[in-house]
Amino acid sequence: MNITEILFWLLTAVALGGALLVVTSKNPVYSVLALIATFFALSGHYILLNAQFLAVVNLIVYAGAIMVLFLFVIMLMNLNTETEPQKNKWLKLAGTIAGGCFLLVLVAALRDADSKSTMALIGEGDTGLIQNLGKALFNEYVIPFEISSVLFLSAMVGAVVLGKK
Amino acid sequence: MPINLYIFLALALFSIGVIGVLTRRNAIIIFMCIELMLNAVNLLLVAFSKMHLADSMAPGAAPMLTNGIDAQLFVFFIMVVAAAEVTVGLAIIVMMYRNIHSVDVNFLNRLKN
Repeated sequence: MNITEILFWLLTAVALGGALLVVTSKNPVYSVLALIATFFALSGHYILLNAQFLAVVNLIVYAGAIMVLFLFVIMLMNLNTETEPQKNKWLKLAGTIAGGCFLLVLVAALRDADSKSTMALIGEGDTGLIQNLGKALFNEYVIPFEISSVLFLSAMVGAVVLGKK
Repeated sequence: MPINLYIFLALALFSIGVIGVLTRRNAIIIFMCIELMLNAVNLLLVAFSKMHLADSMAPGAAPMLTNGIDAQLFVFFIMVVAAAEVTVGLAIIVMMYRNIHSVDVNFLNRLKN
């Protein structure tokens, strides 16, 4: 077992543990912190796959901006364990079984899926570097890029309009 | 790493997100579980991007060093859309909290009757 595999399994464990903690923890603030840990682990996965640009964007946009926004809203509403609404036990059980069945079906369907190559390159290939991504982004994908700026503008206007009422 | 491991990891993360949406009543937690599902898809897209790069680097194939760059740009655009979605969604949740003083989604049943 070399260092890459050890890192892979470590990051996988952190990601899955964080995700489980998001779903199970009673206090919403702990959920947010666990989700931040999950995003850090996913960024580690991106670095392992040599997608450095996406790793950094994931850290800045998700772990930085979005989760801080969640934390602000939760603290603004003063949510904690006492105010946390609880579903009844049977509904929780039914939801868990439904999700587990979903996982089971997809794993069973995709276990034997064959593709031309079965390995994802680790640590080589420079498609994930910002130079190549930037060239593709501003040549072939320049129109979606500009449209996304319009999307941001409309989202900003929408948030302000919704928050002003 | 084998692509299967990435597929299973992404599936597990996605299923945990689904379970969260089904079992929780706090609107903010449900929203966070949706973010979790988006991130599972992102991870899978990046892994497949590197798999296609491995395809193009295999002996005998035409070398295409920009193979798989589309997938990474898709991930970038998913992140952009997710950021826009979060701003509007959180604004809606704040407005809901102002109206009914709770973030419990079970109170939003006025359409039922």
